[in-house]
Amino acid sequence: MLGSYRAEVLKLRKRSAVWVLFGAGLVLSLIFGYLLPYLGYVTGEDNPQVDGIPRDQVLAGMLPARVIDNTIGGYPIFAGALALVLGAIVIGGEYTWGTLKTIFTQRPGRAKILGAQFLGLATMIAVWVVGIFITCALCSIGIAAAEDGSSSWPGILDILQGLAGGWLVLMTWCLAGAALAVAFRNVALPIGLGVVWILGIETLLAGAVNSLLPDLKFLSNALPGANAGSLVFAVTGMATGDAPPGVRDAVGGGRALATLLAYCLVFAGVAVWTTRRRDVT
Amino acid sequence: MNTTGVPLVEVIGLTKRYGDTLAVGGVDLTVLAGEVYGFLGPNGAGKTTTLRMLTGLIAPTAGTIKVLGGRPGSPEVLGKTGSMIESPAFYPYLSGLDNLRLLAEYAEVARARVDEVLELVDLKERARDRFSQYSLGMKQRLGVAAALLKDPELVILDEPTNGLDPAGMRDMRRLIRELGSEGRTVLLSSHLLGEVQQICDRVGIIDGGKMVAEHNVEELRGEQELVIRAQPLQAAYDVLAHILGVKVHLYDETLRVQVDPGRAAEVNRVLVEAGVAVSELHSTERALEDLFFELTTSEEKVDVG
Repeated sequence: MLGSYRAEVLKLRKRSAVWVLFGAGLVLSLIFGYLLPYLGYVTGEDNPQVDGIPRDQVLAGMLPARVIDNTIGGYPIFAGALALVLGAIVIGGEYTWGTLKTIFTQRPGRAKILGAQFLGLATMIAVWVVGIFITCALCSIGIAAAEDGSSSWPGILDILQGLAGGWLVLMTWCLAGAALAVAFRNVALPIGLGVVWILGIETLLAGAVNSLLPDLKFLSNALPGANAGSLVFAVTGMATGDAPPGVRDAVGGGRALATLLAYCLVFAGVAVWTTRRRDVT
Repeated sequence: MNTTGVPLVEVIGLTKRYGDTLAVGGVDLTVLAGEVYGFLGPNGAGKTTTLRMLTGLIAPTAGTIKVLGGRPGSPEVLGKTGSMIESPAFYPYLSGLDNLRLLAEYAEVARARVDEVLELVDLKERARDRFSQYSLGMKQRLGVAAALLKDPELVILDEPTNGLDPAGMRDMRRLIRELGSEGRTVLLSSHLLGEVQQICDRVGIIDGGKMVAEHNVEELRGEQELVIRAQPLQAAYDVLAHILGVKVHLYDETLRVQVDPGRAAEVNRVLVEAGVAVSELHSTERALEDLFFELTTSEEKVDVG
């Protein structure tokens, strides 16, 4: 298993698309977490970007105390979509390149290889989360120093809890992409369907249920996006007014955690079950 | 041939169906330890499907397979089997070296073996180039290198000379012969019949999903046949097939007749009496190619008009 894991890490490490996706996630986090708020902050309270929010409040949102908010605030939607693309290209690529037959004729069984692929993806997602956190932390330190702001940090447990929650959110979407790639034996279709789901359909469904069918709220609250947003909301403890798109208190933190873990198990289980049973042609 | 007579691959009644399509229909096949076995058949005959079942990539609909005494696709069997099925498939963004390194990780093989197999297929100088930049022949050699990575007892190669230039084909033939002489068992699928005749100890011919013949190549070499060039060809075919009642097949505008060369004068007389002009008649050693076409081309398909 360790050898298969090392092989997967080698494949991920050397694949430029993995780093392009990470770069895109990082840039989005920095733009929405720091660049736009900072531009709003330096151009004054009349700037529509800050929507009349007092300048000191805008500054507070960029200081080290709020670093976890800025690190994982975009995970339920934007970074989630990028994680789904990661899962789809890594697993789907094996089908489009025909490399599945090459690796399945080595020593380990199919389930072990797929397990190693998921472990490799989990490692890469952890690298993404830590990388985005470090960059956000550096931005917060820079802004605190430049604007003479407070340099107090969240507690280490709060930081770890926030990073772990963010990792789980991205991992859920990544495994969703992987399961779709196994189902369709492809890259393009899983990406298309998955991204449309994250960015559009789930939000539309939640809106329709809230306004037209409130009795079905239990269903929309069981969807992965709602739980991803709820987990981020719970681990950051941000105010509803400060919450970025997709982050809301649809369900409690404990329930969101359990639901996302269940989704991870289901996505991984479906992928392994299908891969073990299916002919490799 | 260093065969010990112990069957390494035993296939009985192997069948694979895709819906109503029968890809492989009841194939029996035995490959003995230490032999180089040629697996022949026209396109779509079921060769690759059979090889995929032997490596556990696809599950048979019916029949039994034993490879190295175990179940195909099990870790124990895969650990002793090296294979290249159909075209070689690797990660295009990785170098040949990295592709082999990661396969060595999966297969739990020492890294030093990667250099050995690269040397063996003469790919060491280009090992650091990306796989996507390789020529077809280089990709093929990398595929063979990957098949040898585990130092396997059984090597399964599907069309290993595809895309190789003449020198590359000669090297590949030499390599396969060496594998055989080292006591490894090689199951080789190829379209190049002359090549198979040179390399293999035994051949099996599959057509329409069924095994139609299994021959010892040495025995085949001893068989003689008559080669006849005559006009009109159709009349000559009819006379030989229906009046003399011998097996005839068309190859390269000549008729190949399976008959004792001592009957050449009789054959000539019967043809002339039937009004057929015979311009050439000689005996020759029967080639694998003749057997192949004889078995895989039905009489109805022979166009002698």
